[in-house]
Amino acid sequence: MDNHVTTQPALSIQDVTRSFGGLVAVNNVSFDLHENEVIGLIGPNGSGKTTMMNLISGALKPNNGEIRLYGENIAGAPAADIAHRGVARTFQIVRMLPSLTVLENAEAGGVFGHAKMWGAELHDRARELLQRVGLEGIENRPVSTLTYIDQKRLELARALISDPKVLLLDEWLAGLNPSELRTGIALIEQLANEGRTIIIVEHVMDAIRSLCSRCVVMSSGVKIAEGGTAEVLADPEVIRAYLGDENA
Amino acid sequence: MNSEVRTFGIAVILFLAAATLPLISSGYLLSIGVSIAVYTVLATSWTLFSGPTNYISLAVAAFFGIGMYVVAGGIDLLPFPVLVLIGAVVGALFSAIVGLATLRISGVYFVIFTLGLAELIRQVVSWGQATMGTSSGLYVLTDFTDPQIYWALLVLAAVVFLIGWWIGRSRLGFALRIIGNDEVVAVHSGINTARAKVILFVISCTFASITGALVAPRYSYVEPTIAFNPFISFQVVIMALLGGVHRLWGPLLGVIPFTILWELISANFPTQTTLLLGAAFLLIVYFIPHGIVGLIESGIQKWKGDQHG
Ligand SMILES: Nc1ncnc2c1ncn2[C@@H]1O[C@H](COP(=O)(O)OP(=O)(O)OP(=O)(O)O)[C@@H](O)[C@H]1O
Ligand SMILES: [Mg+2]
Repeated sequence: MDNHVTTQPALSIQDVTRSFGGLVAVNNVSFDLHENEVIGLIGPNGSGKTTMMNLISGALKPNNGEIRLYGENIAGAPAADIAHRGVARTFQIVRMLPSLTVLENAEAGGVFGHAKMWGAELHDRARELLQRVGLEGIENRPVSTLTYIDQKRLELARALISDPKVLLLDEWLAGLNPSELRTGIALIEQLANEGRTIIIVEHVMDAIRSLCSRCVVMSSGVKIAEGGTAEVLADPEVIRAYLGDENA
Repeated sequence: MNSEVRTFGIAVILFLAAATLPLISSGYLLSIGVSIAVYTVLATSWTLFSGPTNYISLAVAAFFGIGMYVVAGGIDLLPFPVLVLIGAVVGALFSAIVGLATLRISGVYFVIFTLGLAELIRQVVSWGQATMGTSSGLYVLTDFTDPQIYWALLVLAAVVFLIGWWIGRSRLGFALRIIGNDEVVAVHSGINTARAKVILFVISCTFASITGALVAPRYSYVEPTIAFNPFISFQVVIMALLGGVHRLWGPLLGVIPFTILWELISANFPTQTTLLLGAAFLLIVYFIPHGIVGLIESGIQKWKGDQHG
């Protein structure tokens, strides 16, 4: 029991299971995410992290269990409905809208989702967020001219423009070089300081250490640990899961 | 804004110029004008849906035929304008059903389905007429003249352009562009993709039905092979691709040369039209994948580049 016990969690995952044929990608997993909290969802490759993100955002439907967003069960709801209710996400493999400009790519998240804007308000907000993520001055460029990190930045702007209640970042820092990584971590830190509620899926442990107060660890679809980041990362079972992955 | 006013002004001038055609010519030229007007409406409205979504619909003939048959079937009972309205409503309802049933399936199956649809309706209509013991077609005897039909089609074309312009600036249009780029991003951005696609599909198909209804009086005898001719669907796709599907005025640039060329081909090589249609399709897709609009725009860009360099 922690000090959040009286407040309703922003997101509550309860006994969620999802299998693909015989493979149980997410096996009876439960955890809570509280408002203004940034938690890490970690685990070796193929442990079910992205599947969990897909279940929360509605890209996949769980076979079993409940996913409650501020008390309302959203498990199995269409992805667009879940976006309306305030869940935004980025993708492990970045997804751009190639025939749209940089500005329009950012705007795409702000018209139909949790925040609904149009016209001048939308343009202003998108410009503001592009500046925020470090993409000012290239609003009218086609996205194909963007570097990988800039595409990731743009995807973050597209998620943020909906003013989400819960933000899901799936390996948003992957593939960045050390200096880009520092910039990236600083950016997410800012979001955390603003009180955003975020789940971070990440293999970069330095990022997890500096950004997340708590972590949930998955291995082979099962939650094997949960708790304060420092203690979880020192947990022998967690270390074994990661090492086992490396030996495989 | 300034350039928008200018574009609008040019459009009005072109529209008025096109409207004078029946005053200048009544015979052959006017009949080509009617064909161009028909295909301008069909190809432009087809592009409203298929351009942004990349769903290739081969159902144009189905909806065109529905409109034509509503008029042919009711011409002795109801006034023509009422029949056009009924044709529009029937087309809209039917396309809503088809859209709801098929737009969840992926693009490839959609193409096949729409192709089969026109054929299916044609068979059903033929069968219906056979079992009712009527002749294989219906007489459409009116006193509408070609100029009247031409002007009606011209007004319809103007309406299509205005609606297309409005969609292009609307949230619906933005939603469709996002869907066409990446449906996964679209749903996670909160877009009800099925609804957006169905709305656009219905708008697009309804125009095909209205077109069929308006031109019905040109055919004094309507039969299923005329009304539901799959050639119509193929030609619409080819013309739209030839012109370019990423600009509202793109299809028009394909319709005009193609219709004229087609008149020449079918006059001089009446037995090889199918072969030539297929060849035209291959050449267009291979050599001008972005259509005439693409050629023009890259030409302008190159020209501008040369100016700077
Ligand atoms: N759509 C799918 N169909 C079939 N199997 C899937 C599907 N999605 C994921 N899986 C399988 O489920 C398991 C968990 O995959 P998931 O992508 O959730 O892992 P992950 O923890 O995100 O891994 P990584 O760190 O490599 O991104 C893997 O074995 C994967 O092959
Ligand atoms: Mg993953």
